Amino acid sequence: MSRLDTREKLAILADAAKYDASCASSGSVKRNSVGGKGIGSTEGMGICHAYAPDGRCISLLKILLTNSCIFDCHYCINRKSSNVRRARFTAAEVVQLTLAFYRRNYIEGLFLSSGIIRSSNYTMEQIVEVARSLREDHDFRGYIHLKTIPDADPELVHKAGLHADRVSINVELPTESGLKRLAPEKDGVRIESAMDGMKASIEAGHDEKKRFKAAPAFAPAGQSTQMIVGADSANDGEIVQRASGLYDRFALRRVYYSAFSPIPDASAILPLKRPPLMREHRLYQSDWLMRFYGFKPAEVVAATDADGMLPLDIDPKLAWALKYRGQFPVDVNRAPREMLLRVPGLGVKAVDKIVASRRWRRLTLDDVGRLTVSVAKIRPFICAEGWQPVALTDRADLRQRLRPKTEQLELFRA
Amino acid sequence: MRSVRLAHEEDFDGWRDAARALALAGVPAAEVSWQVGADGGDLFGDEAIVPAAGAPAFAVPRPFVELARAAICHSDPVRFALLYALLLRVRAHPHAMEDQADPLLRNLELMAKDVRRDMHKMHAFVRFREVESEGGTRYVAWFEPDHHIVRANAGFFVRRFANMAWSILTPELCAHWDGAGLSFSPGATRADAPDGDPVEETWKTYYASIFNPARVKVKAMTKEMPRKYWKNMPETALVGQLLAGAQAREAEMVERSRSKAAEGGLARAAAAEKRIEPGGNVRAAWEALLVEARGCTRCDLYRCGTQTVFGEGPLDARILFVGEQPGDQEDLAGRPFVGPAGQLFDRALAEAGVDRSAAYVTNAVKHFKFEQRGKRRIHAKPNGGEIDACRWWIEQERALIRPPLTVALGATAARSIFGKTVTIGAMRGRAHQAPNGDEAWITVHPSFLLRVRDNREEEYARFVADLRGIGERARALARTD
Repeated sequence: MSRLDTREKLAILADAAKYDASCASSGSVKRNSVGGKGIGSTEGMGICHAYAPDGRCISLLKILLTNSCIFDCHYCINRKSSNVRRARFTAAEVVQLTLAFYRRNYIEGLFLSSGIIRSSNYTMEQIVEVARSLREDHDFRGYIHLKTIPDADPELVHKAGLHADRVSINVELPTESGLKRLAPEKDGVRIESAMDGMKASIEAGHDEKKRFKAAPAFAPAGQSTQMIVGADSANDGEIVQRASGLYDRFALRRVYYSAFSPIPDASAILPLKRPPLMREHRLYQSDWLMRFYGFKPAEVVAATDADGMLPLDIDPKLAWALKYRGQFPVDVNRAPREMLLRVPGLGVKAVDKIVASRRWRRLTLDDVGRLTVSVAKIRPFICAEGWQPVALTDRADLRQRLRPKTEQLELFRA
Repeated sequence: MRSVRLAHEEDFDGWRDAARALALAGVPAAEVSWQVGADGGDLFGDEAIVPAAGAPAFAVPRPFVELARAAICHSDPVRFALLYALLLRVRAHPHAMEDQADPLLRNLELMAKDVRRDMHKMHAFVRFREVESEGGTRYVAWFEPDHHIVRANAGFFVRRFANMAWSILTPELCAHWDGAGLSFSPGATRADAPDGDPVEETWKTYYASIFNPARVKVKAMTKEMPRKYWKNMPETALVGQLLAGAQAREAEMVERSRSKAAEGGLARAAAAEKRIEPGGNVRAAWEALLVEARGCTRCDLYRCGTQTVFGEGPLDARILFVGEQPGDQEDLAGRPFVGPAGQLFDRALAEAGVDRSAAYVTNAVKHFKFEQRGKRRIHAKPNGGEIDACRWWIEQERALIRPPLTVALGATAARSIFGKTVTIGAMRGRAHQAPNGDEAWITVHPSFLLRVRDNREEEYARFVADLRGIGERARALARTD
């Protein structure tokens, strides 16, 4: 193979990384470059520096160190048997690229992942070396997210946590059988034990930080994971339960869902299908319901249809509300906060504003309208001063009336 | 009418001093005219209000100050008056800041929100370009904010790029940092900012490569990155060609699967891929699928049957036969097509000149459905829900084997493959295109021949003729490979 220059490598190794959904740069400790020698800051809030035409945000320089891989996982574009062009960055190249992009305010930092070459330990060493050089040689204080290799030596994985804001280990597929079939060389037990080890390290890091001010921050933005949706048989109900179990057991910050995207050069085992983008979106919405709206996993499962899938035409909160109409309408002037959070169309901020306002006077439908994007979707589910939905809540065609009309086209374009 | 002149557009201190003096003097909001800058003037204004030194201060809730600091950066000239009106209300009603549904407060909150969003977008979309000057390397950006946010936002860039010399030029105000001190200068024009940067092409390469053409979502992109910012961001020049290319790539994919039945194009592609695929892979995946299928609980039929009866045959088979469901003997043996219908099927295949050992044989439904009558288990037809629940398995088998020809034996199999009920009589004997693009054929199920009373010989001959046609078609497709 002829030698590639950095730009050619970047084209290959960014392309190879585009199937990973996670790109967040939020949730880390606050720090800045004042008083240091290098550049960079994180102020807690993530910043998306650009958006690609696929609607996804570009926050971090997301690349693979190499897209060569000794594994042959069927869902993965970089699997051994895939017919893609291969490239490999040196650690120094990644460091220079990150700094050059950061100085021009293109990115918040680096998200580095890699195909596995030679051995897990060798690959992990290379990943850690990039982060070490950024932090130690260049005093880089921006965001670093490292993907760790579950089979690597725990000592190496620990080093990754010392340099990175966030670490992640992909569970890959929501079911154990799916993993066995599509990634025969990966092992669910090993992946989970790596997550467990990481959780212990993060907790130990927090403890130390409490006792010694100078203790290094260990992965202050926590750990996350990604699973591929639509490549195995798991339905949405199963995926939600699985994600919720992961949140509980390993104290994950985020579970990312990535719609299986087989194109190009799909393995013969998987069908050529346009990825179910709306399904991915619905799963994220249900994730939100559990993390911010007080829904229990079983309640999200209750919002699924008979086949265990979340409806594609309406969001899961509306689906839940339509199934449990007996709980509505909710009186915005009296209902507890938890119940207001169940109203389709009311977000956390709007609910907090309603709760603050109603201490001083009774709210009308107009008042609620001022606090939300659109009151049309909310009306059947609330009572307010001078407003009763009467029979609206029980109408048989409520779902049709509330369903967004424009999404239909996109849904069935496949 | 009182007139107040503020030093500049986001002169919070000037506004606060004047507002405090006006409030103490009991001046209603409607009687104050707010002006910015040195020139112009209010024709009807009388003497400007001068805050008396040492005037008694009064306290306002902290949320008010935070709101005022943000909202004062808004570009709407009415902001000063609205804030003063809210100040008067907050003095009169201590809880005014908590009534979030109040129109005046809401209006100002939305202004503050606009400002915060504008500040956030400036954090995101400023693009520095490297310039060599006498003082060394400097990074210069051109940005056009909607509101008066440059001063309020400078701190962010100082904290982030503390050890870099940089300037952010905007039409109204420019901010400069030299590594030690922050300074401001009057507005600039775009021509004052540098034009290109050596790293820009690399960045554009990244932007183009990270885009996944299979998931075009233009609305989501423009919601977060409105077009008004595009003209100053190098990468957005690529959007048009990326989208055009994406459509072409998708169209090509659709075309490839559409033309497949006629030309065997996708079958060729699949065969080519099998050559790339290391040998054991399809087998390992099929075996894992088999193990998974043994534990299948997708419908209730698993409760009564003895076991899952999965398909069998070579994984590079050129014909995949789909039957209805296992019968009594298949359920016990765990293999498809071993009972009376299977034996009849074998005989017909042999007469038609189709090599059974080279075909993959499976069923639309993998569990035996029956009614217990005394000691006998009487076959019961699977319903639509059961067929649909089981379709996932057959789709996996077909995706894995990728047979050039799939043959539906009977109505259940046809429903499984075509996703709808079809009339066998009208569709047998010729090629059809399955919804996934595969070439599919339809004929009767061999058990039909066991049940039929009239014209049994005639029906059997027709079945053999169907199979012969299928065998010829499979050989024809093999030649075009």
